[in-house]
Amino acid sequence: MRIGRVETTLNYVLLAVFAVGALVPLVGVLLSAVTPEGELRVGFDLPSRISPENFASAWQEGGFSRYMVNSVLVAVGVVLLTGLLSTLAGYAFATMRFPGRTVLFYVTLLGLMLPVESFVIPLYYDLRGWGLTDTYWALLFPQTAQSLAFGTFWMRNYFLSYPASVLEAARMDGATDRAVLWRVLVPSARPALATMGLLIAMWTWNEFLLPLVMVTGETWRTAPLGLAFFQGQHTTQTQLLAAAATIVAVPIVLLYLFGQRRFIAGMLSGAVKG
Amino acid sequence: MAVLTRTRRQARTPAGRGPRPRRQWKAYLYLAPALLVLGVFLLYPLGQSVWISFFHWDGLTLATWAGTENYVDIVTDPRTRAAFGHAVVLIAFFSVLPVVFGLLLTAVMGRAARMRGLGFFRTVIFLPQVVASVVVATSWLAIYAPDGLLNQLLRAVGLGVATRSWLGDFGTALPAVGLVGSWVGTGLCLVLFLTGAAQIDRELYEAARLEGAGLFREFFAVTLPGLRGQVAVALTLTVVAALKTFDLVYVTTKGGPGDATSVPALLAYERAFQTNQVGSACAIGITLAVLILLVSLLISRVQPREED
Repeated sequence: MRIGRVETTLNYVLLAVFAVGALVPLVGVLLSAVTPEGELRVGFDLPSRISPENFASAWQEGGFSRYMVNSVLVAVGVVLLTGLLSTLAGYAFATMRFPGRTVLFYVTLLGLMLPVESFVIPLYYDLRGWGLTDTYWALLFPQTAQSLAFGTFWMRNYFLSYPASVLEAARMDGATDRAVLWRVLVPSARPALATMGLLIAMWTWNEFLLPLVMVTGETWRTAPLGLAFFQGQHTTQTQLLAAAATIVAVPIVLLYLFGQRRFIAGMLSGAVKG
Repeated sequence: MAVLTRTRRQARTPAGRGPRPRRQWKAYLYLAPALLVLGVFLLYPLGQSVWISFFHWDGLTLATWAGTENYVDIVTDPRTRAAFGHAVVLIAFFSVLPVVFGLLLTAVMGRAARMRGLGFFRTVIFLPQVVASVVVATSWLAIYAPDGLLNQLLRAVGLGVATRSWLGDFGTALPAVGLVGSWVGTGLCLVLFLTGAAQIDRELYEAARLEGAGLFREFFAVTLPGLRGQVAVALTLTVVAALKTFDLVYVTTKGGPGDATSVPALLAYERAFQTNQVGSACAIGITLAVLILLVSLLISRVQPREED
């Protein structure tokens, strides 16, 4: 089917309008972040000069080195742990038959829909009782639990889509279940694992309520939490705030630009995270 | 829930789709680590949450049995009623507006699905989805500020009288917060629908056109039915996001001015950790979970049955 030139132009214009709409608030932050302190920025006037020192002051005043390291540690930990546990669980759900399979699968999926609000309050008291609040583990385990539903579902689907004949052949050759998983399935699952890892890294990095509840001191504060507190202290210092916001957003935005196909495909494939 | 309908079918007919399952006790070993973490850090506290919601508890002293009082309070207490009411308003902004918007655009751009450079636009339009909501909140705070972009725009076009502190005004605070949700949701819906439209059989459009269908008929006869799955996913994601909104409100307004932008999640947080009404907070959390499950179930009805 041919598409008329007028129509094509109209479509491009519409897409461009929406792209600009999506970008304006973000570019606004970026522009404020590089505007010299004391210079009032009006609308989309360009700053008189690019002033990278805002990032340095925000980084120092907000204590972001600590928060960024925390966020990276937590994200990496959650991704690795979720990756391992959901690979194992997904393998069992996809290839093995056992009593309670359906029920257990639904129980796992519950995590997709449950809002943090429905379990975070007793969880706080539990972790405090076990002496785990204000530790790395209070950030790692609850967020892993939260990601497991998606991870297990994702890996199970991948394993189910794998050609059965190859697995049968491997078993005929005497491969054990363990060998089938680690030597056949996992190596071929690298793209699926990568997509899962990117999505979970993003969700973990952006999570707010869980760290807010689990961490009271500064020691284990994550980057978004750091930004929220910074916000409370510097409400009128637009440039500093913008610089801090940029610092918090950049790692995930870079990951996204690098793997945008995976991000979009993963999130659109019904990746309903609760 | 879109997910659930799909998996139930797969669970029933695994034979053709993957390796043939064999009965194995070893499966429990593979499941144990995941179920342990899930059980200890999610399901157990969920159960406790249900249990605590039937008590009056300040988090320190002995709890007293409350029966269903905490739940009755949700309906009778004007503050909780307001919070849940605000959540409903937010659904209109987070969900209805982006879905309608996305569908309209997809209708107009029905055949844009195969345009060159679409990948670039997809990446940009989807961007608000991946930015942390705390960052999103910060950027919109700057837009809504008294000397922010919005007021400057209004002054520039001679509507200086309309300028105000958008997040501090009782009348505009909630819609202002809602519009941020629309901004986040629109990209998701648009990308979802455009991707879906690209998968619709081109011959259906040709047939519709041969029968003389206009843009309008074409949309209702071909595009919309073809997008039912995507609409279901979009509704689920955005309605759930609206119901459990927390970060955005926490950073932009903290529920203010007054109670004008209070939402259930914020109320649960305040009651649990600031005003020592832990039982009531748990009841709100559980109500929210039940609402989300119900809404998702309801929406999954829209989704077309998958063919075997």
